[in-house]
Amino acid sequence: MMSFRTYFDVTGEDRSQLGAQVEDQRAQVRERLASVRTTVAVMSGKGGVGKSYLTASLAGELAARGRAIGVLDADLRSPTVARLLDASGPLRVVEHGVEPAAGRDGIRVISSDFLLDDGQPLTWRGPEAERHLWRGALEAGVLREFLAHVVWGTLDVLLIDLPPGADAATELAPLVPDMAGTIAVTIPSEESRRSVERAMRAARDAGLTLLGVAENMSGYACAECGHTRPLFAGDAGARLADEFQVPLLARIPFDPGAGSLVTSPSAPVGQLITHLEAALS
Amino acid sequence: MKFLCIDCDEQMVFEDRQQPGDGTFAAAFRCPGCGRRMALLANPMESQLVGSLGVKIGGRELDEQPFELTRAQMVGKPDAFDDAEPSEAATAGKPGPVVWSPQAEERLSRAPTFVRGMIKRIYAEYARDQGIAEITPEVMDTARTDLGLEGM
Repeated sequence: MMSFRTYFDVTGEDRSQLGAQVEDQRAQVRERLASVRTTVAVMSGKGGVGKSYLTASLAGELAARGRAIGVLDADLRSPTVARLLDASGPLRVVEHGVEPAAGRDGIRVISSDFLLDDGQPLTWRGPEAERHLWRGALEAGVLREFLAHVVWGTLDVLLIDLPPGADAATELAPLVPDMAGTIAVTIPSEESRRSVERAMRAARDAGLTLLGVAENMSGYACAECGHTRPLFAGDAGARLADEFQVPLLARIPFDPGAGSLVTSPSAPVGQLITHLEAALS
Repeated sequence: MKFLCIDCDEQMVFEDRQQPGDGTFAAAFRCPGCGRRMALLANPMESQLVGSLGVKIGGRELDEQPFELTRAQMVGKPDAFDDAEPSEAATAGKPGPVVWSPQAEERLSRAPTFVRGMIKRIYAEYARDQGIAEITPEVMDTARTDLGLEGM
């Protein structure tokens, strides 16, 4: 029977140095984000609750207050936040990176929306067979490049708009050094509460800081009578805040005027920022 | 990843790497003791899996380019990127300008537009570093081997 020495018994150089290459990648991210004061991820276990809308609103409101803001759209398969911020490509490639697109109020944005043709789904080159085995690694690699290769410059806050899914925050966390925490977005319904609960639990178990909960579509703001009327049954925001002992950052009514939240200051988002700043301090 | 010649009990040394076709990745190693050479052949799925990590078997000869993985792997829109010409500071002291032969231009045109600007910049920088005034298909082949640009 043959006997083998171990990898470390063989003391010659490992020319590939795959581990060192991965460490270099991490170092690039750390170096690039060194000029970013705070990184916050916006997450939800459930799709369609308005994560991107809230991210854009938050970015807009912070920028209106004179902060330098970046937004990284981590929802590679269904990017939406760039358009909400009126940002578009092409992306300029310079010697040491890629310049982010400029959105409204100078918000710096990176998104797969700039890379894909309208209506084109996210697809990859390479063999069709066993695509599911490497697709996740590629998506993580693209997010790493968004973090490390975009010339973010000095930012007060980098907001990361996560895709839906219970594990979205925990999968991103190893890529982002010193992430300040996550904001969980829900709508009032019980279905959303159950889904967001899983995501918050996964984030907490992974050691991420839960900064608070924002309840979106929390009633319907009637433009005619000025009153806010019920839209969904339930109180998911308050229950999640209570369960995880975090602040309910804001309850944001559904606004049929859609884009107005993104373009103009709104009381609930202002309130959210006040709570957020308290949590970050 | 290390390769050991069992007969000599010596670590084999890396010699070359190529993508000979059909998605296969090939790396050649030689035993410094007996001179025996061997090739590692990775199937397309294995090659893709390693490539998806943004690492290079055999090591990196060239610094990672901006959005290298994204541009090499994603099916993106043609006009997604605006590749800036290198600055004067970057080309200071190097011969230039570099010109492309019609054959090299033709070969470059076969690359998807999404990634073409990056490839063009890499070859141009290689030519400037080597003092080469004209990029030909032969120069591209040499650069590809020297820089480990399999698949570009």
